[in-house]
Amino acid sequence: MSMYKIGVIGDKDSILGFKVLGISVFPTTDMRKASQTIKKLAKENYAIIFITEQLAKDIEETIDEYKRSVIPAIILIPNNQGTLGLGIDGVKKSVEKAIGADILFGKEGR
Amino acid sequence: MAILRVNPTRMELTRLKKRLKTAVRGHKLLKDKQDELMKKFIDLIKKNKELRESVEEELINAFKNFLIARAVMSSDIIEEAIMYPTEKISLELEKKNIMSVISPVFELIKNKEEKEDAEGIYPYGLANTSGELDNAIYYLQKVLDRMIELAQVEKTCQLMADEIEKTRRRVNALEHVMIPQLQETVKYITMKLDENERGNRVRLMKVKELVQKDA
Repeated sequence: MSMYKIGVIGDKDSILGFKVLGISVFPTTDMRKASQTIKKLAKENYAIIFITEQLAKDIEETIDEYKRSVIPAIILIPNNQGTLGLGIDGVKKSVEKAIGADILFGKEGR
Repeated sequence: MAILRVNPTRMELTRLKKRLKTAVRGHKLLKDKQDELMKKFIDLIKKNKELRESVEEELINAFKNFLIARAVMSSDIIEEAIMYPTEKISLELEKKNIMSVISPVFELIKNKEEKEDAEGIYPYGLANTSGELDNAIYYLQKVLDRMIELAQVEKTCQLMADEIEKTRRRVNALEHVMIPQLQETVKYITMKLDENERGNRVRLMKVKELVQKDA
């Protein structure tokens, strides 16, 4: 069993703090660079990649590529401006895909 | 319903009956799998939702502190302060099989550097840095374990959703296409064979009649 790493991609002001915890930090605000970073990390033994929603919203195709593989798990996180609701949207999409109807979020009147 | 294009022979009939049996059995098995997957999925996705909501909240809280820290300190000092983390973390990955869905199980491994005067996780001295930075890092560290858990649950949910969709397609294809088609074809062949049988018998009777008339 080999060791895997964790990476964070996002704007510097939000994610720099993760560095203290020993997580690899890749600060960028450019979507093209973010997408390249994801591809690079996916090849380099990164099991979890956290990415801010602000970046993720422009590179959905890249993220979708890894949805079917076991690793890396690409997980959206909010940045310091708050959440865009994309992360929870992803959960909602999974529900719709599996069940065909939205049973978890329907009550909230969306 | 369209029937399969086959020769109406006895051999074909046996073959088709066998296929029909397999299809029905496969359908039942897949349906059971789908039900079980669905049950697991619903439990898991509820957990996913709760986890995500709380993690997001905590993260935003941590980021807020970090933002203030950045505002009161110059970025040079911040970067200097956090340049050398005392902790190194890595993940161990195990693969778990839930109803043929291969899902990851992450385990966090922290390798702390042994330092005698190190206080907690803070890699910097307290002189040049503000309290907000301490707070931000404290919160981040607290949420990390849950973030890993979230990653695991969310990934599993994604993979499961995929598998459920695939299974549902298969169940539907069997239920609405394969099985009716096979049933129709079996019926068609049976009728055709019976018809042949009757035709044969009539012919024999006719021949017998002719032979008896001549004699």
